[in-house]
Amino acid sequence: MDLLIDGLKKAIDMILSGDQEVFAITWLTLKVCLISILISTLIGLPLGIFLGLTRFKGRRLLLMFINIGLGLPPVVAGLWITMLLWRSGPLGGLTLLYSPTAIVMAQILVSLPIVTSLTCTAFQQISEKMLLQIKALGATKVQTLWLLIKQLKIAILAAIMAGFGRVIAEVGAAMMVGGNIQGDTRILTTTIVMEVSKGNFDIALALSFILLSVALLITAALTFLQQRKRIS
Amino acid sequence: MSPLLELKKLTYQAQRKMILDIPEFQIETGEFLGIMGPNGAGKSTLLKVLAFLDQQTSGEVLYRGQAIPNGNAPLELRRKFSIALQQSLLLDGTVFDNIAIGLTLRKVPKSIIKEKVEQWMELFAVSHLAKKNALYLSGGEAQRVNLARAMIVEPEILFLDEPFSALDFPTKIRLMEDFKGIIEEAQTTTVFVSHDLMEIHFLTTKLAIIVNGEIKQVGPTPRVLEHPNSSTVSFLNEWKKFYPVAR
Ligand SMILES: Nc1ncnc2c1ncn2[C@@H]1O[C@H](COP(=O)(O)OP(=O)(O)O)[C@@H](O)[C@H]1O
Ligand SMILES: [Mg+2]
Repeated sequence: MDLLIDGLKKAIDMILSGDQEVFAITWLTLKVCLISILISTLIGLPLGIFLGLTRFKGRRLLLMFINIGLGLPPVVAGLWITMLLWRSGPLGGLTLLYSPTAIVMAQILVSLPIVTSLTCTAFQQISEKMLLQIKALGATKVQTLWLLIKQLKIAILAAIMAGFGRVIAEVGAAMMVGGNIQGDTRILTTTIVMEVSKGNFDIALALSFILLSVALLITAALTFLQQRKRIS
Repeated sequence: MSPLLELKKLTYQAQRKMILDIPEFQIETGEFLGIMGPNGAGKSTLLKVLAFLDQQTSGEVLYRGQAIPNGNAPLELRRKFSIALQQSLLLDGTVFDNIAIGLTLRKVPKSIIKEKVEQWMELFAVSHLAKKNALYLSGGEAQRVNLARAMIVEPEILFLDEPFSALDFPTKIRLMEDFKGIIEEAQTTTVFVSHDLMEIHFLTTKLAIIVNGEIKQVGPTPRVLEHPNSSTVSFLNEWKKFYPVAR
């Protein structure tokens, strides 16, 4: 209990004293996570909508792979990205390993299946009859899509929130592909792991409070968007 | 003058099974046409083909004498029609926005939309529900909103697929009476699918009986009910045991 209170005090101290390093780490965490979830949304949303509304050969197989991706262990994702970016690997020439870009790539890998799968599930539940009715109301294809996105706003934002939750909590992949390099690829989760291994529980606790606050703020903003203007 | 809508040598097959086989059929301006038949006769399929929402296997659908490309009716033509089904299929949003949707999709100016929605809410007696979420309405209220949503675009043809069949009797009677008055006032050409003789008898001026995908008899409603032909007599007599509408 004392440890908790000490941690909280330290966190507030760190934030109020404007600790440069803590600020940099938090900022990088925020940047990396938001870019990852943005890219996952930009790819996963259209892909999920497409998979949810259409029927074609191979669709089920594709969905199966995406659903397997839901449980993709971050260390496995990290391993794949590491092999991809390794000096002698296919993308080794880009020298991206141990850079924030590498962390973003790993985080996209673990969050894209979540965004895609949950979006697909939501759109798949739109009945044939509903699609027929919308068409009969005089909607063009684009208008239909827009109407459905507005109808499924809650489910879509839930998909994004779930993806964000994965990204912000993730540590194994970020450690592996980022390397936890001070001032370069050190993010909140990897710093916490490091501080705990050094026995600095107070710093680790302080950082965990900052991490929780960041997660809370982003999720609160998304929840606000999700629940706004509900009519009873 | 050509009929408003016409079918020529139309067939519709699904998995090699013949669902519709209609050599010829016309819908004339101003009529309230009933399409009656047992479950699985092909009524809903016929309605979808007529409203350009489904593709026939062969044959033609003509609008004012002009053949319309199969499965590729232009948007402007589709927008002349409205359809309301048994389920109200309303969207998550206010009753006002739901009734407005046809006009919103047609990019009608907001001020005109407001005026028209208020007018149609009044006609269907749902003005007091304007700001409620359409998903939380009772069955009868939802169907009123559904019909108002279909009527607000002032369709050239209104297609209805058993819109009253999920309502309890008193609700159904009240809505049907209101609806009949509104259609007579607007003089909308209406195609009404039902398997209920009472609804058909009350609403329609012309009646087509469809059994096994074939139209077995067409004519003014009272005449068809009084003089069923050899292929419709058994189906109609079943009904008349319960509703002795035509003697
Ligand atoms: N897409 C389809 N595939 C296979 N069978 C279909 C399809 N659509 C309709 N049917 C069949 O066509 C027949 C007519 O259906 P429907 O038009 O819904 O009849 P009704 O509305 O008169 O009850 C039914 O036997 C139904 O099972
Ligand atoms: Mg039907």
